[in-house]
Amino acid sequence: MSTAIADLHDSSAESGVNYLNANYGIKSWLLTFDHKRIGLLYLVSITIMFIVGGMAAVLMRLHLVEPQGALFEPETYNKLFSTHGIIMVFFFLVPSIPATLGNFLIPLMIGARDVAFPKLNLLSWYIFITGAALALYATLSGGVDTGWTFYPPYSAAYSHTNVTIVALGVFIAGFSSILTGLNFIVTIHKMRAPGMTWFRLPLFIWAMYATSLIFVLGTPVIAITLFLLGLERILHVGIFDPAVGGDPLLFQHLFWFYSHPAVYIMILPGMGVMSEIITCFSRKRVFGYEFVALASIAIAVLGFLVWAHHMFVAGMSIYAGLVFSVLSFLVAIPSAVKVFNWTATLYKGSISYEAPMLYALGFIGLFTIGGLTGLFLASLATDVHLNGTYFIVAHFHYVMVGGAVMAFMGGIHFWWPKITGRLYPDYWARIAAAIVFVGFNLTFFPQFILGYAGMPRRYAIYPAEFQVLNVMSSAGASILGVGYLIPLIYLTWSMRYGKPAGRNPWGAKGLEWTTLSPPPTENFEEIPIVTEDAYEYPVAGGNRV
Amino acid sequence: MSDLAAHGAHPPGFAHQFETVAQQREAGQLGMWVFLVTEILFFGGMFTSYIIYRSLHLESFITGSHLLKVQFGATNTAVLIFSSLTMALAIRSAQTGKSKGQTIMWLILTMILGAAFIGIKLRYEWYADYVEGIIPGVNWAYGGAHAPGVKMFMCFYFFMTGLHALHMVVGLGILTVLVIMTARNRFSSEYYSPLEISGLYWHFVDIVWIFLFPLLYLIGGRYPGS
Repeated sequence: MSTAIADLHDSSAESGVNYLNANYGIKSWLLTFDHKRIGLLYLVSITIMFIVGGMAAVLMRLHLVEPQGALFEPETYNKLFSTHGIIMVFFFLVPSIPATLGNFLIPLMIGARDVAFPKLNLLSWYIFITGAALALYATLSGGVDTGWTFYPPYSAAYSHTNVTIVALGVFIAGFSSILTGLNFIVTIHKMRAPGMTWFRLPLFIWAMYATSLIFVLGTPVIAITLFLLGLERILHVGIFDPAVGGDPLLFQHLFWFYSHPAVYIMILPGMGVMSEIITCFSRKRVFGYEFVALASIAIAVLGFLVWAHHMFVAGMSIYAGLVFSVLSFLVAIPSAVKVFNWTATLYKGSISYEAPMLYALGFIGLFTIGGLTGLFLASLATDVHLNGTYFIVAHFHYVMVGGAVMAFMGGIHFWWPKITGRLYPDYWARIAAAIVFVGFNLTFFPQFILGYAGMPRRYAIYPAEFQVLNVMSSAGASILGVGYLIPLIYLTWSMRYGKPAGRNPWGAKGLEWTTLSPPPTENFEEIPIVTEDAYEYPVAGGNRV
Repeated sequence: MSDLAAHGAHPPGFAHQFETVAQQREAGQLGMWVFLVTEILFFGGMFTSYIIYRSLHLESFITGSHLLKVQFGATNTAVLIFSSLTMALAIRSAQTGKSKGQTIMWLILTMILGAAFIGIKLRYEWYADYVEGIIPGVNWAYGGAHAPGVKMFMCFYFFMTGLHALHMVVGLGILTVLVIMTARNRFSSEYYSPLEISGLYWHFVDIVWIFLFPLLYLIGGRYPGS
């Protein structure tokens, strides 16, 4: 996407003023309206949440080394998996790529000075940390034991843990999602640089747009659902209590109306990151750009029509089950379009294996496994067998961790030179990517077998015959933990000691690579004029830049 | 930011991230429409629950509906529709460049009507409900027919009208800000988008009530022979 910005060189390049050193002090960060700084505020916040959620997971896996449970009372175990789920879903995965990379990159990629509503953007972050603080407080002051799904009647009438506070935290954080989605939609509609037509947008932008649609349409429903649950707990009025005419299934419908699309909130941004990385390290335009772009929208739309496949065994009408099963299969089509098109992009590409590309290749494989096992669960008959087992746990971790977190790591590595202006040590980054891949598979592949053999999820104890696979899984989790720690170390190190990155260390296309690293406060010295389609790399076999 | 001068003279509300005033106005409007979409989904979750429970417990919902003070609900409907008119006239007055006094007059009239709505609701409906003991979880002494279902209905009545009233209060806050901004000459016939998008919000809150009123007050027929 070369642009008419040749004369952007280099008055402020020489002066060296960028968004990081434009001003200093804690106040300049906490009161910033700069989308790039807000992106970094999110990055720090969600990293903390990831560490908390990850520690809960480590404790669970340690406990499960022995069939009778090695460490905790069953009640404590219940709180651990609930904490892990709630923190990871609502406070890490949902905001992960959109709020960090999305915030940082959307204005840069479309050639704008900032998002449409910078103050609203900062407000979103404050709302998020308020919700996150409540959730952390509730966790530390006794925890919550309902699982991340908050199903009544247990959550409404029987649980004596901090359900109300956690639900309030999730409720509040939801408004952060809504406002972020709103901001992104308006920004992508109204702030594009001259010449940046819809079909010249980078695919990351299409993915963020689709994600924002789900933020805006889905999140209000979970908000009202948790609001009703909170009132039910406080006032004991019976909204979801069957004893007085309420219907717990209604809660499940409302919950999954958001929480299934939320799965696409987590994976769509990852798919956007994939499209950017794969095209860059294949030196080739993405195969079938329009299909990949529209597949994002198709996933967002279809994602709203499949929620009840979480409820096949919950007592729903069998005919509704049939419809939701068929609709669920349909989501596989746009998802497969993406995987096939990435693969076709690799074909005859000039491929190189820098760290972001390793994460991207890992993503393709793991997401494919996660996606295909999703088809098992969308089939009514196999779902009856597999529902509520470790097969489900393995399936969604292949999508959420193997997909979304791999993409997040890949994206951070890809744009880190742009964000910080520094290069990280590529050797260590490749080592870490390999460790993550190995650790991940060792953790979660045995869980497919465990689930297929009938081990139920969310139990603090299990029959002795499942011990070997559980120990493998726990061993994998510790390797995975190391794989996540190494980047934390060298990325932090690189902020001070890394080599200067220059504008475009990967030789990538895209407006964000045409400006300085780190970018100046207003991103571009002059708003660029776009004259080319996205990813116009030299024809196959062309020169490495 | 450095090249603000290059953009020429802009009205006071112009923000640095935009290229043109028109772009800023369009962004603001689109932002408010998207926000209203989220509001529809927000209320939508509640309307859906209402519809499901109403179909499960129709008799109870009719009995519950008859406990409501329909004359005050009807009065409030008229008050709100009228406030939409005054809101539209306030925008019209800024758009056509009338004196700021006139815009402020319409805005304050809108606020008075909005406050009247909340006042009527509190004094003649919720307070009366409290005295009668038909507020679930707070004061519940209902002993008539279909008690569990009526309680469910009253829950929805208070959740939905409470959420609506909360939006009215937010709207009054926005109107206060608009009055101050108008008094400080922030608006002109070229730049009045805060008025316009706040108007969208105000009308939306009115429309929610237009749905709430029949769904809550008018079900089952209130008149002999119907």
